[in-house]
Amino acid sequence: MFADGSARGRIALATTLASALALAACSTTGDSAKPASASSKSEQSDKKFAATPAGEPVFASTYKPFPNVATAIRGATVYDGKGGKIENGVVFMSGGKITAVGGPDTPIPADIAVFDGAGKFVTPGIIDIHSHLGDYPSPGVDAHSDGNEATSPTTPEVWAEHSVWPQDPGFSRALANGGVTALQILPGSANLMGGRSVTLKNVPARTMQGMKFPGAPYSMKMACGENPKRVYGNRGRMPSTRMGNIAVNRETWLAAIDYANDPKAKRDLAKETLVGVLKGEILIQNHCYRADEMALVLDMAKEMGYKVAAFHHAVEAYKIGDLLRENDVCSAIWADWYGFKMESYDGILENAAFLQREGACVVIHSDDQNDIQRLNQEARKAQMAGLRMGMNIPDATVIQWITYNAAKAMGIADKTGSLETGKMADVVLWNGDPLSVYSRPEKVWIDGALMFDAMNPKTRPVSDFELGQPGEGDVK
Amino acid sequence: MKTLLTLAASALALSAPAVAQDVTITNARVVIGDGSEPISGGTVVVQGGRVVYAGPASGAPAGGTAVDAKGAWVTPGIFATVTTLGLADVSAVSETNDITASGTPFSAALDASTAINPTSQHILVHKAAGITRAATSLRPSGSIFGGQGAIIDLDGDANPVVQPRAFQMISLGEGGAAQAGGSRPAAHALLRAALREAQAIAGGKSGIPETTEIAKDDEVFLSRFDAEALVPVVTGKQKLYVDAERMADIRAVLALKNEYPKLDLVLVGATEGWLVAQDIAAAGVPVIANGLIDLPETFEQLGATQSNAGRLARAGVKVAINAATLQDPRRLQQVAGNLVALTKMPGATGMSWGQAFAAISSVPAEISGMGGKAGVLKPGALGDVVMWTDDPLELGSVPTQVWIGGVRQDLTNHQTRLRDRYKDLDESDRPKAYDW
Repeated sequence: MFADGSARGRIALATTLASALALAACSTTGDSAKPASASSKSEQSDKKFAATPAGEPVFASTYKPFPNVATAIRGATVYDGKGGKIENGVVFMSGGKITAVGGPDTPIPADIAVFDGAGKFVTPGIIDIHSHLGDYPSPGVDAHSDGNEATSPTTPEVWAEHSVWPQDPGFSRALANGGVTALQILPGSANLMGGRSVTLKNVPARTMQGMKFPGAPYSMKMACGENPKRVYGNRGRMPSTRMGNIAVNRETWLAAIDYANDPKAKRDLAKETLVGVLKGEILIQNHCYRADEMALVLDMAKEMGYKVAAFHHAVEAYKIGDLLRENDVCSAIWADWYGFKMESYDGILENAAFLQREGACVVIHSDDQNDIQRLNQEARKAQMAGLRMGMNIPDATVIQWITYNAAKAMGIADKTGSLETGKMADVVLWNGDPLSVYSRPEKVWIDGALMFDAMNPKTRPVSDFELGQPGEGDVK
Repeated sequence: MKTLLTLAASALALSAPAVAQDVTITNARVVIGDGSEPISGGTVVVQGGRVVYAGPASGAPAGGTAVDAKGAWVTPGIFATVTTLGLADVSAVSETNDITASGTPFSAALDASTAINPTSQHILVHKAAGITRAATSLRPSGSIFGGQGAIIDLDGDANPVVQPRAFQMISLGEGGAAQAGGSRPAAHALLRAALREAQAIAGGKSGIPETTEIAKDDEVFLSRFDAEALVPVVTGKQKLYVDAERMADIRAVLALKNEYPKLDLVLVGATEGWLVAQDIAAAGVPVIANGLIDLPETFEQLGATQSNAGRLARAGVKVAINAATLQDPRRLQQVAGNLVALTKMPGATGMSWGQAFAAISSVPAEISGMGGKAGVLKPGALGDVVMWTDDPLELGSVPTQVWIGGVRQDLTNHQTRLRDRYKDLDESDRPKAYDW
């Protein structure tokens, strides 16, 4: 049984030291004009080469909030993302953080920018827990197909962030039309274990690191069902069946547990990801359509000692809302996708509402470069299906499905996903009820910086790819 | 014996075609579907399966079953184009999928009307979403020619095909290039060779040798049978739907009229149509336009914008919203609603409510050759009427009642049955399998 994390911790400490020395050695040999480093020659010859140790930040975020001015929105209907609604509310942000949220009497300093929100609505920035932007960017040519390392059924060693193309024009559409301020980029579902996800701030950047959400935990993507067994079964290798899927998963987890318990094991990128999951540092995002398969995964997770954060594309979640509530697992779902593959055959419009009825966690996701622009609309469709069944789910709760609940399942709910004092000022001002088809984001702030303004054509990101092309800078 | 007879009678009743009943719907927010704005307190009268009146309450003839709409929206049924309704049960399950056939030597001759399954769950689900008629099409898979699409109704009875072989579907641009062997010139050469064959068969041009087929190695691009199927296209008796996205590809399609003046062209997709809107308008070619595609998903869609449909319409082009690029055709209403939303966005071009609704009702019907017969509540039109829970372009608005050809429809389907079974998770007495 996996238990001993401390042994690996000690190894990590020892390696940190070696790595610092290696860097020093490098600078010495690289430029003889510079003074020699303080480290002794004997130390240098002992440990000449060493990578940054496992667990240390690598490919670290370089994102810094953009300059912002203290801003307040007054007189709007405010959904706080955690189920609260304030009529004629005030949202005040300064220093990149939410400073105050409240009713009309909430004090606002005299010398700041104030927007009249009368007739408008404010929500937290919308969050998509399931996106492939950057990994499957536009244009979707083969040369850009970087979302599935479909060469082995388990590839926990790959990281989605290494495929992200920051110039994907899809990011700006999600911002401008969808009010999306944070999103999780997942590897595809060809593999049982597809690799690590990355959570991004939806800000334009020259590098992935410039978008990387500071302090967000990694997740690992897993996939049930048809895709892995089809991809590998067609190549005459395991898995070719659902039982093969589970068997390969279990063997892989057992090997990871052995690795975790072996302080002398050589570094293994795949197993480092799996051990991160066993330690609870890396979350599991599990593509799984069918109810019976979700139940199997929950038992496998118990057997191996990890937790599933969310089932994605869980079109049959409504059949086991009780089980999902008991296991504290979110269901990341579409409002109306159904019937395009066998495991989606039982998709119904009431999926989200029936989960809500059971007290289970609902997240509306996109998995799509177009639907990510309309998560608010998808959430509304799911809400209305419930209403027809006599379930009156409040609008504020429905907004929670695409804000706080997504943040929770991504492990960033302490930073964003709701309008609470001290959190990141990720805010959308809508020109009308965000649950109406007739409304659009008017302004979007990320960490308090105005990153999109429908009223100002120049406050609209245009990716490198779009420059000099037909429709550059168009409303899109 | 008596029991047996009763059973037989009831089985007959189930299978007998439903009969249209005369109905008068009053107190409705009536949408004619022709682009005009809704009429409050309106009346719709359907007799003998046809609309006889739709408009203000005064002036409506009496007769038939009275239905009080209690202020609800009443509209013509949605007319969906281009769809694959009735051609697949589960698109990713190949044995259920009749949309493509890459293994056949035939292309233009393929006829969708031979395969429509009226009880497909997609038809039943989409009827429950307010779609009453649709253009359903095969997708080019072994040649640039997809084959002949049909106009269908969604009433689920034994005769779903309203108009067989209503149009030929071809793909130009990147898709056509791939099908034709790898380039746009290859697609255009194949198209011209095929149309020349068809002309020769039609007798329009003497002296052109007729070939038996156009093929390379084992792959047949056009058989004699296919060339014969293109005769109605080249003589203008069958519409030619051309899937093209790039501005230059659209221009090339419009130019076909110079060589083949009788072609009855319809553009499908036309993502960059707004860049050549004046040319399209001048040519009088209608467009089944992508509504919300706003990303350069391919190099032929670099100019993609949600304002495409609105800008085309503003230039005078007849524009319907394309269902083919949606997750499902039942999202047409949502797309139309989004086009209305654009009217509030600086720099964007959207549509008025009436115009947007027409783009999913009367306009696609007109493009499909059913102008005045479907997608509109005008005297003489088919009695396709939908009563809604809310503004039909608003999210989550669904039909409460649907009539097709004057016949009140049952809206039950696989999804509603699952919904009813799982309205709770109570299995204390018996498993869910006994709950039906």
